[in-house]
Amino acid sequence: MKLRFVLNGESVEIEVRPDRRVVDLLREDFGLTGTKECCGSGECGGCTILVDGDCRLSCLVLAAQLHGRDVVTIEGLARNGRLHAVQEAFMEHGAVQCGFCTPGMVLAAVSLLARQPRPSREQIREGLSGNICRCTGYVKIVDAVEAAALKLANGDRR
Amino acid sequence: MTLRHGPLEIGCPVPRVDAAAKVTGEEKYAIDHTPENMLWAGVKRAGVPHGRLRAVHVEEARALPGVLCVLTAADVPGTNRQGIVHKDQPVLTEDRVRHRGDPVALVLAEDRETLAKALALVVPDIEPLPSVHGPGEAMRPDAPAIHDSGNVLLRAVIEKGDASSAFGECDAVVEETFEVPFQEHAFLETQNGIAHREADGKLVMTVSTQAPFRDRFEIAHALGLDPMSIRIISPYLGGGFGGKDGATVQCLLALAAMHAGGRPVRMTWEREESFIAGYKRHSVKMHYRVGAKRDGTLQALECDLYYDTGAYAHLGAEVMELGMEHAGGPYRIPNVRVKGSCVYTNNPIAGAMRGFGVCQTAFAVESVMDMLAAKLNLDPLEFRRKNALRRGDENCAGVTMVHSTGIGACLETLGRHPLWLERRDWKRAAAPFKRRGVGLAAVFNAMGYGRGLPDSAIARLELALDGRIRIYCGVSDMGQGNSAAFVQIAGGILCQDTSRLELILPDTDRTHPSGSSSAGRTTYTFGNALVQACNALKEKLLHRAALVLMLDEEKGLALLPGRVRHLPSGREASFELLARMLPEADRASVGQFIMPVAHDVPETGKEFAIGFPHVFFAYAAHLARVEVDELTGRIEVTEYLAVTDGGKVINPQGFEQQVHGSVAQGLGYALTEQLLLDRGAILNAGFADYILPTALDVPEIISVAVETFEHTGPFGMKGIGEVGTNGPLPAVANAVNDALGRRLTRSPLTGSRVLRTLGEGPAQPAIGGAPVTRHEWVKRGGGSS
Repeated sequence: MKLRFVLNGESVEIEVRPDRRVVDLLREDFGLTGTKECCGSGECGGCTILVDGDCRLSCLVLAAQLHGRDVVTIEGLARNGRLHAVQEAFMEHGAVQCGFCTPGMVLAAVSLLARQPRPSREQIREGLSGNICRCTGYVKIVDAVEAAALKLANGDRR
Repeated sequence: MTLRHGPLEIGCPVPRVDAAAKVTGEEKYAIDHTPENMLWAGVKRAGVPHGRLRAVHVEEARALPGVLCVLTAADVPGTNRQGIVHKDQPVLTEDRVRHRGDPVALVLAEDRETLAKALALVVPDIEPLPSVHGPGEAMRPDAPAIHDSGNVLLRAVIEKGDASSAFGECDAVVEETFEVPFQEHAFLETQNGIAHREADGKLVMTVSTQAPFRDRFEIAHALGLDPMSIRIISPYLGGGFGGKDGATVQCLLALAAMHAGGRPVRMTWEREESFIAGYKRHSVKMHYRVGAKRDGTLQALECDLYYDTGAYAHLGAEVMELGMEHAGGPYRIPNVRVKGSCVYTNNPIAGAMRGFGVCQTAFAVESVMDMLAAKLNLDPLEFRRKNALRRGDENCAGVTMVHSTGIGACLETLGRHPLWLERRDWKRAAAPFKRRGVGLAAVFNAMGYGRGLPDSAIARLELALDGRIRIYCGVSDMGQGNSAAFVQIAGGILCQDTSRLELILPDTDRTHPSGSSSAGRTTYTFGNALVQACNALKEKLLHRAALVLMLDEEKGLALLPGRVRHLPSGREASFELLARMLPEADRASVGQFIMPVAHDVPETGKEFAIGFPHVFFAYAAHLARVEVDELTGRIEVTEYLAVTDGGKVINPQGFEQQVHGSVAQGLGYALTEQLLLDRGAILNAGFADYILPTALDVPEIISVAVETFEHTGPFGMKGIGEVGTNGPLPAVANAVNDALGRRLTRSPLTGSRVLRTLGEGPAQPAIGGAPVTRHEWVKRGGGSS
């Protein structure tokens, strides 16, 4: 099928099998390897992307489901060369170790903060509980999301 | 707040240099490389735990359009054997299947879909043999032999004093059996790599590996190649934890590349295959007996350990060695006898995992220490402090502790923490149907390979023509942040900021052999080599600057970011100028280092070919607060304290990362993680039912550093990547016992086990359960009751 959607702010059109998994479409056809596949069964959140602003697991979404949608991957989060506040906070607060869960975790946090701008630590933990991290023990990830929330609340959109 | 700008400083929290490319998704892991014209390789696995492979029917698969070739053991040109120390694992199965994950055929196809179809068409003809699935079963005289050498990979003893007679002089003795399951590493990037063969025959591979330099020899040995004709590139790993130490895809992928006509080939294990074929933490059965004087002085410890190494050795003997060396805990015990058997079974393969054999014995020894303290009516913290190792003591393996030994300081620090001091009030405040408890664990973990295998590294620095300094790093970074520490060390010594330093990740053609990323050794060993390389480069830059600036001597010269300044005159020579002036050979420096070893090797443990003994240890005292639900049995760890002696801290943020992460893995091991096996088949080979801790399961972890000074370490540090994994299971088990008066001796500590123990009549806080005598238990070969 001819698939049209917005990818990281740009309209794209691609000839693709409608049942192609979105994680493969992004990684292999668009070369956007920041989207990681870790389990392939929707258990770990590693392949999280934003579709119309909501978190979706790209290993469970088929290409045809993207038609006409607005898709943001980790590569599209920075704007005009400036990192998103969540990305900045992950770096600053030591929330990155091996980094393989990081793209999914960052996008899950962005989506959480869009829904819940000032979450408590417990709410952050709940909001990120669909994303597995095997390295950090989550403490510094929660620190980072808390700090990003504060920064965004103070008017720093990025 | 972290230090973001200006020259790097040792001891300051500096954001990791690798974080920027990881938060933007730019970082390319092995799995992110998909060159043009790439083929896919995959493996057909046996699917039965034990059997004779009579034939592999590959004709139909071969005939499928898009299939390049289907290879079997007959196509393997070399020894067809892999294994880090014991080479007992075929790359492709010859005539004997030893576990369900054994690979019987290798398929190369144009794309993933064709590969999957072809693999389904490969039909192995296997005559099943009786299989064995535990050390007890495998050690019976009538057990089917898994290897020609028999089912015992290694039997060993570590002994000092006379434990048997010392028990007679003890005022209190406790005895208990323990059992721990296999644990999965569950790194998020599964085992994978790409490879191609160049026109001159050189094999170039990009692999998610912890040991690129060793991989060359593994592949060469297995496939009959010249190791120097193999180039391994090791990008950042998406986790490793020991599971990517040793051959995973390497030999299979190299074999595939040899049949790909120069095209690149990818092999990626999907999650289920990663479970089935990947290495595990050993399941161990343990019987412990420990005795002390009335005043709490430890006198004697005896234990029998049975490690289930699965179908192949991997590092089974070495893992057991480390477990045995730590079996007595970080204590002064005059009489010790530790017996171990590492046994082949038809289970999945066990090998290296963070905590390397010690995680298991820490559970047992720290449980019996609590039991003994209770029996003597002593405070568990006081009891541990009284017996804690000090410098100059002999540890339980008979080695004199001549390096930094901070376990006493860790316990003291823990004892002053509010989580310990205010424990009684906190426990009393439990809600109805909840019971609260506080538990401790004192743990340690050796650093380095130990005797018999030089723990060495070679660091190289280069002044690039643009004036930046390149750090050629020969040891992989699986996520622990060692490469960020290297940048910090170089920046600290050479007074440079991050932008003036460039890190070259391990590549056997560009960097120097520096050993594996394992054993808590990377920052210590490579760091020491790097300090030397930095000092040499510094000396060189000052000398060359003196020439440029026409100075009589080097006095008064200092390194500043990107330049050398003559402080008295303020005149400067830029690095760029110096680089352009110097011939290429003069723009580099090299440092090398070998980790010191024990010099009082005790007359015991002679069975170990390598590894015994160790002389450097990281220490930790852990505290867990738990709340147990009486109705569901669920254990919630509400707060966790880890006090760690890792010597001086180079980067407090990196230090905390390691502590948090290791504690979280240890909590998974304590509460939920276990491979569920049915005759060697993994019933939970995926994240849906192999339960990893999420952000809702891991509590806030408080990390406190006890900074002893390790005189041999770079800036006084020692490695702490593993020690934190060893504390959570015993600390939580001790906390549960404190809450319920029941001792759980099998892990994980699940709700159903809690409910079962609550149904077992009145609590017995001192001992818990009816112990089986050691004699009876050993007679059963460590079989579970």
